[in-house]
Amino acid sequence: MTRYLLKKLFYMVLSLFVLASATFFLMKAIPGNPFMSEKEIPKAIRAMLEAKYGLDKPLWSQYLTYLNNLIHLDLGMSMKQQYTTVSSIIGTGFLYSLQLGIFAIILSVTAGIVLGIIAALNHRKFLDTFTIFLAVLGVSVPNFVVASALQYFLGVKLRWFDVAGLNDITDYVMPTIALAVLPAAFIARLTRSSMLEVLTADYIKTARAKGMSGRIILFRHALRNAILPVVTYIGPMTANIITGSVIVEQIFGIGGLGKFFVNSITNRDYTLIMGLTLFYAVILMLARFFTDIAYAFIDPRIKLNSRKEG
Amino acid sequence: MATIETKHGQAVDPQGLTKADFQKLDHSEKKGEVVVRESISAWKDAWLRLRSNKYAMASLIILLLIVIMALIGQSISGHDYRSQDYMATNEKPSSNHWFGTDDLGRDVFARTWMGTGISLQVGLYAALVDLIIGVIVGGIMGYFGGKVDEILNRICDILYSIPNMLIVILLIVVLEPSMFTIVIALSITGWISMAWIVRGQIMQLKNQEYVLASRSLGASSGRILFRHLIPNAIGPIIVTLTMTVPNAIFAEAFLSFLGLGVQSPAASLGTMINDALKAMTVYPWRMLFPAILISLTMLCFNIFGDGLRDALDPKMKK
Repeated sequence: MTRYLLKKLFYMVLSLFVLASATFFLMKAIPGNPFMSEKEIPKAIRAMLEAKYGLDKPLWSQYLTYLNNLIHLDLGMSMKQQYTTVSSIIGTGFLYSLQLGIFAIILSVTAGIVLGIIAALNHRKFLDTFTIFLAVLGVSVPNFVVASALQYFLGVKLRWFDVAGLNDITDYVMPTIALAVLPAAFIARLTRSSMLEVLTADYIKTARAKGMSGRIILFRHALRNAILPVVTYIGPMTANIITGSVIVEQIFGIGGLGKFFVNSITNRDYTLIMGLTLFYAVILMLARFFTDIAYAFIDPRIKLNSRKEG
Repeated sequence: MATIETKHGQAVDPQGLTKADFQKLDHSEKKGEVVVRESISAWKDAWLRLRSNKYAMASLIILLLIVIMALIGQSISGHDYRSQDYMATNEKPSSNHWFGTDDLGRDVFARTWMGTGISLQVGLYAALVDLIIGVIVGGIMGYFGGKVDEILNRICDILYSIPNMLIVILLIVVLEPSMFTIVIALSITGWISMAWIVRGQIMQLKNQEYVLASRSLGASSGRILFRHLIPNAIGPIIVTLTMTVPNAIFAEAFLSFLGLGVQSPAASLGTMINDALKAMTVYPWRMLFPAILISLTMLCFNIFGDGLRDALDPKMKK
């Protein structure tokens, strides 16, 4: 187990290194630099700016400095917002994104599991078909469509919620729903299919034959086992919520990481793009890492040192 | 040839058979070998299963309609997708402009179908590139195994652990956004899941007798791989492909949302939705049709893909 985890950690660091190098060289490959603008900047000022950001040094030296700074968790200064470090931008934005993300995870896990159970208990009946349809719809409708539909109908037409911003608790409702739809749909499908499998298992028949109540069978015997595949979905769910948050934050005007990411791309703020990319990557990799560990703890049948097949 | 006669000189059978029934037949009359019922190949079987799935068939028909409209939609609208009309901007749907007009007075009907075409093309090309790279790399990994597999698998692991959307965004920021670069960027990490699926299939199949037979007849590795193994793994490959298309369409729409999609005057559904979003509170109908179409396309691909998986691999069905 320890050996497996160390190996995983090693590959995580290696992947991060590849990503960091890739972002660095990609950003350097872009013609021009952020100090080029329509207004001609005087040569001396430009030279000073370049010296400040180390752009006057040779490429390999810039690369080494960059890696060295990364090891010290220094992501550098934003190129567009003066006197602001990338880390401080991430610090302010992450708080909002994290809150929204946690709400979305709670909502999607509960909604997904409840829907999945309802579908499985009504196998091949109307409620089952209806839930599957909802789930397929949830996977198919892009979240910017969901977000803007919510904004239009609940915000503009019905005026139930504020159209944008994140000032009081009701403002969380629409962004959370928009973020949760896709993962909830996935979880509902996962829960349904594993519930169907578990419900035909022998130990369920035994429990029923012993005369246990349906509720105990459902919660204590079936659900506990059926929930396992949902745990494997934690990693992909984090990825979905991150990509989702980029869109949802932009639509609802929330100053989270996603919004900074979009802005950094439109402004070509290279240090910020690089910093945010690495930050997202770390979060995702950690999510995958913890999924692996959690899975091994929940299901003792899983041996972590067995190699992945297929 | 001596005939067998009973004591009474006449062959009598309780079932009413006479001597004539025991005559030797010549070749032309041997019908016993003929297959009376039409033989059902694996493909036909899958097709029959697919055909009985009414949701999958409905999705297929809708998808075909969408493709046809993407091809002819612009010409039946009577408007060019690029021509601007500053006298008629942001119009509601009318008999002249069936889906209304956008902020530059361009016909939304023509643009929607044009955009559908672009979105579908992005999906198809991305799927095609994934298919080619994924099948080759996955085939090599599965077939040769050992060190080759180990090294390629590590490379895949590392590439896969890099969040793909981030790499796609970075690439598009560097390369200029166009359909070509979007497809390339999506394929950089997109082929990995295909490669893993092919690898798993090949590893299962390569110890089958027909592979041994082929090898003992002197077939080369390439021939065994591409003539025997990959055709037998085609089911999961097709299913993965049907799932790649909607993912690519969604990814393209996501990129458009960041302003990194297909550039004006061309449009994809994603760019149209993004443009319409800016004025959604005032002109909501501009958003309506592209949003419906992208959702419908993805919905049909997902349902059809599910149906196809059930049809090609009934064991998977739940």
